Parts: sequence; structure tokens; C-alpha cells
Amino acid sequence: MTTDTTTTVAPTGERVLDARGVTMRFGGLTAVRDVDLHVNAGEIVGLIGPNGAGKTTFFNCLTGLYIPTEGEVRYKDKVLPPKSFKVTAAGIARTFQNIRLFGNMTVLENVLVGRHTRTKEGFWSAVLRLPAFHKAEAASRERAMELLEFIGLEQKADHLARNLPYGEQRKLEIARALASEPGLLLLDEPTAGMNPQETRATEELVFAIRDKGIAVLVIEHDMRFIFNLCDRVAVLVQGEKLVEGDSATVQGDERVVAAYLGEPFENAPGDEELAEVEAAEAHADSADTTTDAAPGKENDR
Amino acid sequence: MTTQTTTADTPSTPTTGAPTGLIGIPAQAGRALATGGGALTIISTFLAWTWTAAFPGDLTVYGYPGGLQVLALIGGALTTLFGLSSYGVKGLGWLTPAGADGALKFAALAAFATVWYTIIAITVDLGGIVNLEPGGFIAALAALAALLGALALPFERPEPEPHDPDDTGWELARHRLRTLRDTGKAAFSSGTARPIGTLPSYAEILIIVAILGLGLTVFTYGIGTEYDELFIGFLITAGFGFAALNKSGLVNQASQITARHQNITICGAFVAAAMFPFTQTDDQYATVGVYILIFGTVALGLNIVVGLAGLLDLGYVAFLGVGAYAAAMVSGSPSSPFHVHFPFWAAVLVGAAASLVFGVLIGAPTLRLRGDYLAIVTLGFGEIFRITANNLDGTSGPDITNGSNGISSIPNLNILGFDFGAEHAIAGFTIGRFANYFFLMLIITAIVVLVFRRSGDSRIGRAWVAIREDETAALAMGINGFRVKLIAFAVGASLAGLAGTVQAHVTYTVTPEQYLFAGPIPPNSAFLLAAVVLGGMGTISGPLIGAALLFLIPNKLQFLGDYQLFAFGLALILLMRFRPEGLIPNRRRQLEFHEDAEAPTVLTKAGA
Repeated sequence: MTTDTTTTVAPTGERVLDARGVTMRFGGLTAVRDVDLHVNAGEIVGLIGPNGAGKTTFFNCLTGLYIPTEGEVRYKDKVLPPKSFKVTAAGIARTFQNIRLFGNMTVLENVLVGRHTRTKEGFWSAVLRLPAFHKAEAASRERAMELLEFIGLEQKADHLARNLPYGEQRKLEIARALASEPGLLLLDEPTAGMNPQETRATEELVFAIRDKGIAVLVIEHDMRFIFNLCDRVAVLVQGEKLVEGDSATVQGDERVVAAYLGEPFENAPGDEELAEVEAAEAHADSADTTTDAAPGKENDR
Repeated sequence: MTTQTTTADTPSTPTTGAPTGLIGIPAQAGRALATGGGALTIISTFLAWTWTAAFPGDLTVYGYPGGLQVLALIGGALTTLFGLSSYGVKGLGWLTPAGADGALKFAALAAFATVWYTIIAITVDLGGIVNLEPGGFIAALAALAALLGALALPFERPEPEPHDPDDTGWELARHRLRTLRDTGKAAFSSGTARPIGTLPSYAEILIIVAILGLGLTVFTYGIGTEYDELFIGFLITAGFGFAALNKSGLVNQASQITARHQNITICGAFVAAAMFPFTQTDDQYATVGVYILIFGTVALGLNIVVGLAGLLDLGYVAFLGVGAYAAAMVSGSPSSPFHVHFPFWAAVLVGAAASLVFGVLIGAPTLRLRGDYLAIVTLGFGEIFRITANNLDGTSGPDITNGSNGISSIPNLNILGFDFGAEHAIAGFTIGRFANYFFLMLIITAIVVLVFRRSGDSRIGRAWVAIREDETAALAMGINGFRVKLIAFAVGASLAGLAGTVQAHVTYTVTPEQYLFAGPIPPNSAFLLAAVVLGGMGTISGPLIGAALLFLIPNKLQFLGDYQLFAFGLALILLMRFRPEGLIPNRRRQLEFHEDAEAPTVLTKAGA
């Protein structure tokens, strides 16, 4: 019943997601301009940028919530249909920046809803309750419980989703997305509002998801989280992709620093001052990496 | 105003110490007064309350209670039992698993309200207080004593919120009101019920049978009330009595037991409902029964659309109309343009299929809208159906529906030689025409319940709830929102059509004016929605109970006349203010309450 092509580990190097020239205009406003981005199988790619850079809009273009004005998005060499439920069926699952769980459903039911595209029983099957129905339902439940164990919420399967603490709601959203057995998972600020310990746990979770053979594209403002996690990072500024590359390239790029901290005035801060700032930042970074377990206040966004 | 509020605030501050009651009687005396008052109320119901039989129900007899006195007796008995249980009398502890005081207060309120309503009704009806016999005065005093005693029982007063000294007089007054409201709430609150242990399953089934029997008795009594006063008294006693049972925790325990044996409970409920015609001596109240069933079944169908999928449909009654018209046209009625006479099973299929087609036709364009817009458009389509049916009369359109005269003289059903129009004798009971249809309708209801339960607890049902909760997230989870909503719409429509096929035969005539948006006679779209909301969205028993109430109240309270809709609106506003989840809150809300109760234990575990 389940077409299980998505969970098999694809050979590295195969392109899971390939977005070319994605442009999104809302009337006169161009939120995303001509962005190219690809994600290879088994890769974790980060997408960063200042507030309002168009990261979430780009996500929405990828998942069919918005139809890009120009450009196309391919998933495993197939152009994605412009409907979000078809995108999910194709194999891209996502979470939301502001948690959008089904609050009045139980934890287990939330994950079962995620199984929707991988099951087929319709209305008549539900009313007639033939053996096939019970079999499929049991299989779905089993898979959902597996996922709850994976994120560590199996004890709370019968709780209402809205009664979960914040961090567990984030995890449940990931489990719900995983239930659709995606080949690519899009995480929109998965650690927003989390404390450093929870952020660490989320890092582990994302690595575990990658180890299952699922490629991950993640939006985040927490730089340490991004640079710990991602094989590649793309920076989006004012709707355009500024740079893309590994952590060192992105961190070293002065345009990125400028985008986050603002452009220096003409001639105002001299080169030596800029160098001073960079040195201080480099120092802070090294301090960060050495005192990793210490609660870093700068990460509490 | 300012001086008033400050003086009112001072006495409320020192009360935070030892818990006290609303009335300054010592707690012990209050408890005794409540219990004794309850007992005296019971005794007084055996006395004569008035001297003449002019007041309906014959309250003039010494020795046995009649009419409203029976209701007063029930109120008194509840008060006495809860009072004794609050003393810790052995063998009565099971009555109050959530603490006796809250229950005692409501029971005393039930007795007091019933007795005083009766006394006032006698005084007003017969023109003067002189019409009361000593028994009436005794009953009034006893019930008052019970109420005062119950109100004197101590309770934990909530900490009054400190008020801002800069507040204006108006804000102070509001603050005072809020404090008063909190105090009032606390006065009638009770603890959470201790969970019931596992009993042997035969005992649990016996309890379920007893609960269903009680339900049937209450329902039959309510339907059979012969005069306005008795019905109002019934509503008072039933309302406060149910509140008392709820506060005592018995309702909670009962729902735990029924939740353990859901299938048995549902089957038992249908058996109990099927017993109803056998409790009647003539067909008079079976009529009410069958109309309630039609109303309730359609409301249950609407509950799929509104309660599960969250699509506000204000023209739902049109689907009932389509089913009824379709079945009537193929029933061999002389005013039908098609001179065919299908057997019933075929007519049912035609009716359901016609509603299904109509549902898909209306749903396909409108379900692209969300929320209020959908409501408005469905409201419009409901009216379009009625106006179209009115105009397809041969003058302003083709002659299909016979215009405003409708399709009349629909023959009675005859299934396998069983004539639904004739009386039958079953096991010594006479089963009349409406009782026959009552049984038929019960089968339709069972089908709808089955469809509701099974589809609700499945992939498609979860998709419906997900769409209701958050459509964007549901789409992102791979749910084809439009398709799933269309299925909900179509299922709801065909279930209503199913009920319509029986309705056509029950009412003999199908006219467009039966299918209004709002009118004094249910079922109409507004009442259907009200039944769902009032009963509890997303539940099975909720819409059935809501429909029963909404049918009985206008039916029994004829004296309201033109004010019926006004009273209905008022009642709805009050209910939505004080119990927004409906009379029967659904499982999700119960889970919510359940977890609220459990939360502290989890916290202390984590802390320790």
C-alpha cells in the first residue's frame, strides 16, 4: 500500500530538491528574487537571513502554499505541482515557524494525520470496516508510535497536542511531518523560543533524521545551531541569495556580516575598526565553541 | 457609588481565613437544616397543597403526591440523600464521589425551585394565596429551609483580586461584580470525582442498563407532561437535578463506565428508545417521538458537516427537503408528476441519491470558501431550494413539485406486507401509525449513528477534524482539503436525505414551507444548527438530546405563542454564555478536563 521509495537512502550527490530562478511577487513587492537552491540527498542545508529576507516565503514557494511567479521547483527531477497537498504526497514535508499543530487532537492523532498521503482508505472503507481497513489502521498506528518513540513522546500519545510543553510541540510537529515519509524535510525555525539544552536536543534530532536518509532544509536564526548542523548554508537578503557555501565561507563573507549588522557608513568606521570587530567576533566564536555547554545567552532568541 | 464599593470590599477581606458559607449560619446547623428540610419536603409532598382540583394535577389529596408534587418529591429526595451522604452515612458514600456539598446545594436548589414554582403557579392561577392548604406552606418553608441550610455550607472562597486604587467608580463596580461572580462560582463548585474502580463487567452493564432506564423514564415523563406547569416544573427539576448529579461526580463516573462499554451503551440506548412506544397507551406522544427522531437524525447528519469538518452550513434543511421531495415523487402520490410507485428501499435510495447529487452540486462551488462566507452561501442555497420548489408549479416553471401545494396524499408505507398506516398489536401492546414510523426512523437513526461513529474514527474523520483545526496545516500534511470537505458535505447531505424519505411518509404532505431557514417549527436550518451547538458539537448523543429539547420546549410551551423565537434566542445566549461546549461536551474536551485534573500530580512528581 505504501510506496516506500522515499525512505530508502538515496546515493549521495543525487539532487533531492532543485529550485531554479524562483521569484515571488506580491503585487509590486518582490519578496523572493531569482533564487537558485538545491539540496542533495543526505545533506543538511541551512537557510539564513535577516528578518523579512523572504526565507519563509521561499519555503512556501517550495511547498506549494504559494505559486512562484517565475521559476520552477523540482523534486527528484520532477516539477512540483502547485498544490501543497500534492507536494507533500510527492515527498516534501514541512513544519511551520509558528507551531501549527491540531491542538484539539491527541498526539497520536496528529501523527496519524501526517500519514494521510501514505494511506488510502476512503469513506466506504471506514463505514464498512472490512479487514483491510483494520489492517491499514493498525499499520498506521504502529508507524505513528514508532515515530513518537523516535522523538521520545510515546508516553504522551493520548495527550491533547495543545497541552504539550512548547519544546515537545515542536518535536511533535517534526514527527507529524516525518509521518508522511518524506525525502526532504523543511524545518522553519525549529529552535525558535527554545533554551540551549532544547536546542542541543533538536540538533541531535535533525542529525538522526538525516541518518534516516532524509535530506533537511532548515531556516534558523540561531547561528551556532546552523553552523554546527549544516553541510551548506545559503544566505538570503532582501529576497536575493547573497552567498552559498560551507560554514567558513558564509561566516567569512563580509556581505553577510553587513546584512546582519548593517552597512558601514561611507568612510565612517575605518578599516582597522572593522578588523577589530571581526577579531572580536572571531574570538567570540572560538569562545563559543570551547564553552559549548555553557548557556549562551546570545542564542536565546 | 465609591463609598458603597469600599464598604463592600472591607468585609470580603477577612473571610479568607476559615471557609464559611454564603449565609451566616454555623456549618453544622446548616447541614442539619438542609437534610431536615429535604426530608420535610418529601413528607410535605404527601399533603394537600391546594383545596381545589382547578389547578391541574390534583394536588388536593392527602396520602400520595400528584403532578408537580412528584417532582418536588424527587428534589427533596435528592437533597436528603446528598445531605445524609455528606454526614458520611454508611452505604451512601458512593452517591457523592466528588464531595457532597456542591451536589447538596444544587439538590436543595432543585427542591426549592420546584416547590416555589408550584406554590407561585397555584397562587397566580387560582388568584390568591388563600388557595394554598397548610401542606403548601409546609412544603414552601421546608424547601426554603433546605436551601438556606445548603447555602450555609462552607466553601473555599477565592482570593479576591486586589483592585487598582486609581480605578474609576465604574471599574470598581465591575471589579466588585467580578469578585461576586467568582465567589458564586466557588460556592457551587465541587471537587473532581475520584475515578471509579473496575467493577465486574456484569455489574457495569447493570449500571449502564439502570442509567438507560433512568434516561428513558425521564424522557418519557418529559414527553408525557400534559400541561405547561408540569413541563416547566419538569425542566426545573431535571435541570437542577442533573446539575446536582453532575456536581456529585456521579455523571462523571457514569460516563467513565459507559466509555468502557461503548458498543453496549449504544445498543442499549437503541433498545431503550425502542421501548418508548410500549410505554405509551395511545399514539399521541409517539408522534412527538417520531418528529424528535427525524429532527435528531438530521441534526446528527449536520454534526458531521459542522462538528467534525467544521463547515458552517446554514441551509442544511434543504437536503432534508430534497430527500423528502424525491421520495414523495416516486411514492405513488397522485399529485406527483411521475406516476410511479417504488418500493420503499428504492425510494430510500432515490432520496439519498438525490440529496447526494444536490450536496455535491452545492458543495463543489461553495466549498472553496471558508468560514463566514461559506455560511452565507449555504444560507442562500437553502433558500434557493425552497423558492425553486415553490415555483416549479406549472405556471412559473415546469410542473415538478406542484408549487406551494406541495406533494400531498403520500400513501403509507407497506414493507413486506406490514402496513405502516394501520395499528398492530404486538405482545398485547397496540402500536399505532406513528409508533410504526418511530421504529422505522429508529433504524435510520441507527444507520446515521453508525456512519457517524465509523467515519469519525478513521483516516477520513481525522482529516475532517484536521481541516477544522487548521486548514493550512492540514493541506501541508497532504490532505486534499477540497475533496475531503466535499465528502463531508455529500455524506451529511445524503444522511439528511435518508431521514427525508421517512419524513415524507410521516407527514403525508411535502411542501416548500416545511424547509425554512428559521421558523417556529423544527426542523429548520437554524434549529438544526442550534441542536448541534446546544447538544455538543462532534458528539452523538449531544445533537439527539439537543433536538429533543428544542422540539419539546416549543411544542409543550404553547402559551409562549409569538415569543417562542424570542425565548429560544434568549435561552441560546444564556447557554452559550455559561456552557459553550454544549450539554454533552465531546471526548476532546473531556480529555482536556481530564488532563487539567492530572496536571498537578505530574508536576509534584517532577518536583520531587
